[in-house]
Amino acid sequence: MSEASGRGGFPLPYLDRVGSSFTDFLAATAPDLLPNRRPVPTLPIGELAPHGTTIVSVTYDGGVLMGGDRRATMGNLISMRDIEKVYPADSYSVIGIAGAAGLAIEMVKLFQVELEHYEKIEGLTLSLDGKANRLAQMIRGNLAAAMQGLAVVPLFAGFDLDAAQGAAAGRIFTYDVTGGNYEQRGYAAVGSGSIFAQNSLKKTWRPGVAGDDAVRALVEALYDAADDDSATGGPDPVRKLYPIVYRVDEEGAARLTDAEVAAVAETIMGERAQNEGQG
Amino acid sequence: MTMPYYASPEQLMRDRSEYARKGISRGRSVAVLTYADGVLFIAENPSSTLHKVGELYDRVGFAAVGRYSEFESLRVAGVRLADVRGYSYNRRDVTGRVIANAYAQTLGEIFTQQTKPYEVELCVAEVGDTPEADQLFRLTFDGSIVDEPDFVVMGGQADAVSGHLREHFTRGMSLGEALDVGVRALSAVSPATTNGNGSGPALLSAEQLEVAVLERGRPKRAFRRVVGAALHRLLGDGTEAPEAPEGATAAHTPSVSSPGTPAGLGDPAAPDTAGGAEGSGEGSGPQSGPADGVGGGTDGTARDGARDGTDDDELGGEG
Repeated sequence: MSEASGRGGFPLPYLDRVGSSFTDFLAATAPDLLPNRRPVPTLPIGELAPHGTTIVSVTYDGGVLMGGDRRATMGNLISMRDIEKVYPADSYSVIGIAGAAGLAIEMVKLFQVELEHYEKIEGLTLSLDGKANRLAQMIRGNLAAAMQGLAVVPLFAGFDLDAAQGAAAGRIFTYDVTGGNYEQRGYAAVGSGSIFAQNSLKKTWRPGVAGDDAVRALVEALYDAADDDSATGGPDPVRKLYPIVYRVDEEGAARLTDAEVAAVAETIMGERAQNEGQG
Repeated sequence: MTMPYYASPEQLMRDRSEYARKGISRGRSVAVLTYADGVLFIAENPSSTLHKVGELYDRVGFAAVGRYSEFESLRVAGVRLADVRGYSYNRRDVTGRVIANAYAQTLGEIFTQQTKPYEVELCVAEVGDTPEADQLFRLTFDGSIVDEPDFVVMGGQADAVSGHLREHFTRGMSLGEALDVGVRALSAVSPATTNGNGSGPALLSAEQLEVAVLERGRPKRAFRRVVGAALHRLLGDGTEAPEAPEGATAAHTPSVSSPGTPAGLGDPAAPDTAGGAEGSGEGSGPQSGPADGVGGGTDGTARDGARDGTDDDELGGEG
């Protein structure tokens, strides 16, 4: 760390007034801490690194929800069955990650500090579009690693405190490996099970859906993804592992308790069980 | 030819101290007090945007008096140090002591090596898990650092305010009581109040104060500004201010979500659009097709960018 450079006081870059971005500051003072400043592996190593799988986000009348299953895979192995892949980015936004777990978690950590750092230095939070754009720049820096099987594809959602009168405040942004940033209508999913999750939401999600119905649609979408995608984990009543679900509304981002999600998941499993083997 | 004249090191230091002291004594005072549930910052500061009190990290706050540009750059340096440490180690490895030490070193260096010392006085406060673990560090312009037990007063009439506080301060006060004691102590010397032999009200009002707390009970980030209606309620001054939204996000222009349009390329009416403003809002709406927005404004003409297809001829195309 460069902070203890001999004299003990602040090195010059610390006292430089310009700049409220933590990433830019690290690039100037401790570039080795940044994820995209490392040598890229020359061979594809995607099979050797744990990968996160399905993340789903849906809007509802009071904001937005995001949920993810609990599985990480490494090639054909399940490397973790209790991983958490949805995190609060700041008080009014959440981020979910699919792709190389190690890189993705580091990126989330950096993104969280980036938002908080800006807030502390500037005295106000970034706009939701500003946050989404900042995240896109981080993904863009990871393109070389993505080509070697270490792609990171986040899903970003938040409650827009600046939403114009009458506009929906819950908003969802998706990304591609090149850093493309696309706002989505209504719902979105990323990761290996996203096709099945999105197909499920097509049937269950309606504009202006109420909060409880949206939670059910989201958990059901994850259930459907796990049903058809081997890399996505379903609800696990044996180990009491259920999807992680975050709600972001005008009160801020909060995680739904395990009991709440478990109740929804068990209702869905119960209903499916009644379909005589065709659930 | 001018001859460099000799000045003894003692004389130099004395001159610098005097210079810094003079600068600091012109400013208004800031008091930092411990109370039962944390640490309270009270600053006499009529500006609501140029802060004297700020957040450094989860459990660490900052207060300063003196020259704004100087203590602001120190505050930013403190935030950077805290964030870099917290990012590369762990959030709980960031302590007030580490930041206070860095301030002491930096202020000491500047005082001895530069011709003009910083005209600032700082307080780094950390809220602990118990009242006994709360820590207040007071830093002066020459880099001295003192660990104070109950309260720190800085600025113009620090001695008078401290004297007042020494009489009235007790440990374990509630937030309301601590605020009352602090405001009375600051008001006793302020030229803006009759208590301080000036004109105006007896006590400083909510508009003249900047108040913030480090709340022990808050998870993660303990720092919170007390503003608007909450401050009026705590001061018990009987006047009700309209409830202001927390987080100060009202500074952004309203946003309209526009899925399908890359941010800043589509609707000319959107604030982050790069294209021209002419003819904005004529039916193109926020959901114009992606082709419309491509290349908006990069070549500097005010008129290309997001328009509906029907206007393309008039614009002479974009190729």
